[in-house]
Amino acid sequence: MYKFQIENLNLFYGSFQALFDVDLNIEDRCITAFIGPSGCGKSTLLKTLNRMNDLVEGCRITGKVLLDGEDIYYNTDVNLLRKKVGMVFQKPNPFPMSVYDNVAYGPRTHGIRSKAQLDEIVEDSLRRAAIWDELKDRLRRNALGLSGGQQQRLCIARALAVNPDVLLMDEPTSALDPISTTKIEDLVQELKQDYTIIIVTHNMQQATRISDNTAFFLLGKVIEYGPTENLFSMPRDKRTEDYITGRFG
Amino acid sequence: MEAVFFITACASILAVLLICFFIFVNGLPAIAKIGVFNFLGGTKWAPLNTVPSFGILPMIVGSLFVTAGAIVIGVPIGLLTAIFMAQFCPKKMYHPLKTIIDLLAGIPSIVYGFFGIAVLVPFVRDTFGGNGNSILTASLLLGIMILPTIIGISEAALRAVPSSYYEGALALGATHERAVFFTVFPAAGSGVLASVVLGIGRAVGETMAVIMVAGNQARMPVGILKGVRTLTANIILEMGYAADLHREALIACGAVLFVFVLLLNFCFSAITEYRRRRE
Repeated sequence: MYKFQIENLNLFYGSFQALFDVDLNIEDRCITAFIGPSGCGKSTLLKTLNRMNDLVEGCRITGKVLLDGEDIYYNTDVNLLRKKVGMVFQKPNPFPMSVYDNVAYGPRTHGIRSKAQLDEIVEDSLRRAAIWDELKDRLRRNALGLSGGQQQRLCIARALAVNPDVLLMDEPTSALDPISTTKIEDLVQELKQDYTIIIVTHNMQQATRISDNTAFFLLGKVIEYGPTENLFSMPRDKRTEDYITGRFG
Repeated sequence: MEAVFFITACASILAVLLICFFIFVNGLPAIAKIGVFNFLGGTKWAPLNTVPSFGILPMIVGSLFVTAGAIVIGVPIGLLTAIFMAQFCPKKMYHPLKTIIDLLAGIPSIVYGFFGIAVLVPFVRDTFGGNGNSILTASLLLGIMILPTIIGISEAALRAVPSSYYEGALALGATHERAVFFTVFPAAGSGVLASVVLGIGRAVGETMAVIMVAGNQARMPVGILKGVRTLTANIILEMGYAADLHREALIACGAVLFVFVLLLNFCFSAITEYRRRRE
């Protein structure tokens, strides 16, 4: 059973076509990496999966995106969809409030009021994001005072707090130093036991290190998709080979 | 070139210093003569009696009441309007609305006063009773007058909030409304606070429009439908014929007003400082 089935997806920003006939099946509880040069549509595709593209004016799509077999562009409550499909952004974006309130934001949004329950969710989410020990004494401090790497792991904890099935990560380490990057990569490996993870990355080593499957994008098309090992060791398409051997991009 | 900038910068500092000097040099002796307690705490203002009394407590309380009323009326309307303008307004509606609000800021206060006399006074008289010249009427009018200040500055503050906060909230499954009220609005906190402080400043200092609708009786306010005299009104109503101690007492009223505004600014700085430290 696939988590996401993307069928014949075309996406337009006004008259500009950003995605062409994308067909992609995303496996459950795996890490799928989207790679490709800038502007190839990988982030755009990621954003169609939780409908953040709805915010872009003039954006329209044709084709289907099925989550657990149900079309998310047909009769779907967008807010429930986004609860199910969490997102971590390129630049860490904690809210300008306390660590605790950041993590509790999602559960509160979805109606959880009880202090005891919130305490439990906050601790659990921070533990899952492997940042509880660092932050347990600073829960009341403003999250903007944390380092970039801590902020990003806090954002992951915040996304986990609404108990999603899927975690979308849009170049989550591109703004971070190598040590923070390693921590996040280790964390992502841990998380795949419980979540389906899709990660957009510019960094091909990162894709090989952490992902199970990789999709290579070029000019709005999926050129090649398959198990990461195969794609990097024996790419079937010449363009994939050129890209991963660093001939362009 | 730097010298030119320095001199222009000094102009405003000089203006403040001169005003301070004038007001305190002329006002403080009067306060000393009358006695601080009799002046600030006295409830009877009768400068022309054979034994004059110079108690300005009624006017202090009057100013506070009218300003508080303006806040109660103007701040919620202003903030909600700013939120609407920044986050909910359909594109086509935005420009007409913005133009109208800017226009509101440009109307001279005497025209507001006429509007108050012609519309608000009869409205309050017919709806709530009393003779219409009252704390309530003045509050309503001031509430309207501070709207453009509050809306303009709050809207700018809301627009300055990084869109990543908004997107982060939506990505957690928040509705547009929830993202705006629980993420964007708190993030604009200090700008919103600044707009309220400036609005209060405007309300405290407003004179003309208030005189025209407030009744101006120099006595302790007894109810929101009764007349009231503010500090500013007190000065302008009597300055024309005041002499000697009476004149100095009016200048001392100005000093009190000045201290009010200073306190307001100090509170504002203290709050922003406190918020900054917590981050």
